[in-house]
Amino acid sequence: MRRYLLGRLLRTVPVVFGVVTVVFLLIHLLPGDPVEIMLGESAVPAQKEELRRELRLDRPVLSQYGSFLAGIPRGDLGVSFRSREPVLGEIARRIPATLLLAATSITVAVFVALPLGVLAALRRGKPADYLSGFAAMLSLSVPNFLLGPLLVLLFSVQLGLLPVSGYGAGRPLVLPAVTLGTGMAALLTRMVRATLLEELRKEYVTAATARGLPYRSAVARHALRNALVPVVTALGLSFGAVLGGSVITETIFSWPGIGRLLIQAIDARDYPLVQGCVLVIALSTVAVNLATDLLCARLDPRIRYE
Amino acid sequence: MSEGSGLLALIRRTSRHRGAAAGMLLLALFLLAAVFAPVIAPRDPLAQSLDEGLSGPSASHWLGQDKFGRDVLSRLIHGARLSLAVGLGTVGVSLLIGLAAGSLAGFLGGAADRIFTGACDVLLAFPGILLAIGIAAVRGPSFGNVLFALSVLGWVGYARVIRTQVLSVKTREYVDSARAVGTPPMRLLLRHILPNAISPILVEATFGIARAIVAEAGLSFLGLGVAPPAPSWGSMIGEGRHFLFVAPHLVTAPGAAILLTVMAFNFIGDGLRDALDVRIETR
Repeated sequence: MRRYLLGRLLRTVPVVFGVVTVVFLLIHLLPGDPVEIMLGESAVPAQKEELRRELRLDRPVLSQYGSFLAGIPRGDLGVSFRSREPVLGEIARRIPATLLLAATSITVAVFVALPLGVLAALRRGKPADYLSGFAAMLSLSVPNFLLGPLLVLLFSVQLGLLPVSGYGAGRPLVLPAVTLGTGMAALLTRMVRATLLEELRKEYVTAATARGLPYRSAVARHALRNALVPVVTALGLSFGAVLGGSVITETIFSWPGIGRLLIQAIDARDYPLVQGCVLVIALSTVAVNLATDLLCARLDPRIRYE
Repeated sequence: MSEGSGLLALIRRTSRHRGAAAGMLLLALFLLAAVFAPVIAPRDPLAQSLDEGLSGPSASHWLGQDKFGRDVLSRLIHGARLSLAVGLGTVGVSLLIGLAAGSLAGFLGGAADRIFTGACDVLLAFPGILLAIGIAAVRGPSFGNVLFALSVLGWVGYARVIRTQVLSVKTREYVDSARAVGTPPMRLLLRHILPNAISPILVEATFGIARAIVAEAGLSFLGLGVAPPAPSWGSMIGEGRHFLFVAPHLVTAPGAAILLTVMAFNFIGDGLRDALDVRIETR
């Protein structure tokens, strides 16, 4: 396990460097002078020079890259152009909201997908299977920028049951979590169905039932357990997708997380903050993918020896 | 009875999948609307009539009017052009890059393959449309920038599929035979390996069009897509959601268009996968 761990960690290092480099290059994709774009045409030369110095844009590109790179381990992602506060501090304040939303939507997805996927696999070719397949296809085809407003229309405007926006662990969380979790629930349902069907075909299930174990127990105790390893991988990998999707979901519901902060930063042309948000979301994705791989290697020893 | 192997035979096999048949029908309607938009659309999609803003569906405006009094149906029909252009454009550009990068990585192996895998790992660390949001945000709203932003990540999926295919096809006997009789490497790749690796790409590209259409709509929803006042389904939803209480049709109409289009492509993709008997693996 230690060798696998070391190898996996080593493979993460170039990815982190690559992500940091891409994020650094973002600001250099601006058409024209970033300083002029941020300050507008009416700014006086002295203001421009000051901002240029502050953003380290007055130095050669390689030197800028060097200090950007060196700042990251110290938590120095620059200063927000609008609030004049450290970028990392601004982001850190938003992390709990995004984590709460992400964790809840993943929980919703798992609680929907597990029973639906198992039901579809056990009733293969029957109406329940078709129904769950159609529901999954529908959910996969509804983008969250459509699902969110539709849920608001139904549950807030028509039924008056849930708030349109707000922040908290209770009622305000329901619609954002369902919006963000629906796509993942659909993916997981398909996955649980497919992996469980594959396991059910294996000889050990037949052997278990031949020995007198009820089919239901053979499924629950043996097949489902083995079917869950790829599902755990999918779950871990979809955490990144949840973080990416949170940008739109948080915008719809004015949820005060990193995604919303990113869009606010874009609107304010606060590019250091934009860079910081993109970097933090991408690096969190890398970290969760790493953790998922390690967890799977622990769950399934075959992975370590491949 | 033999069905042949041409495009028609493939369409026939795909349409046996009931969902795919429905998808193809929907797609045909969508294509017709996009191509003949100026003829079909009842009104100018940009013509404003402020005193009629937010009016609901009526005999003269079947899907109602937006906050500027513009005809929603006409904007929807013209929006189909944009969605299709972005979907096909992004997949076209991404395919070109993906085919070149993936086939070279798989064919050459060694350092080229390692660089390729590293670049894919880095780009895939940016979840969903995050990178596209970042790029579109700094480049500004325009059709070209949307295409660029979506293609930066879009090629990775095709490249990974094609690399896996090339890795598997290049070890087959007929490739060895071609190499033994002195076929130059490029010809070997283009004439003997790639044509046999193309089926999974067709399936992946079908899903890719749906993904690109959703991504463009997502960017436009956030105000980062094509510059207003050009009609985009995503920006129509983005503007309409502020009037959910008084004019829900502003969200439901473009929403239904996106949903149906995406489902059409997803169903066709499923049907194609069955027809070509493809199992996509990217490892």
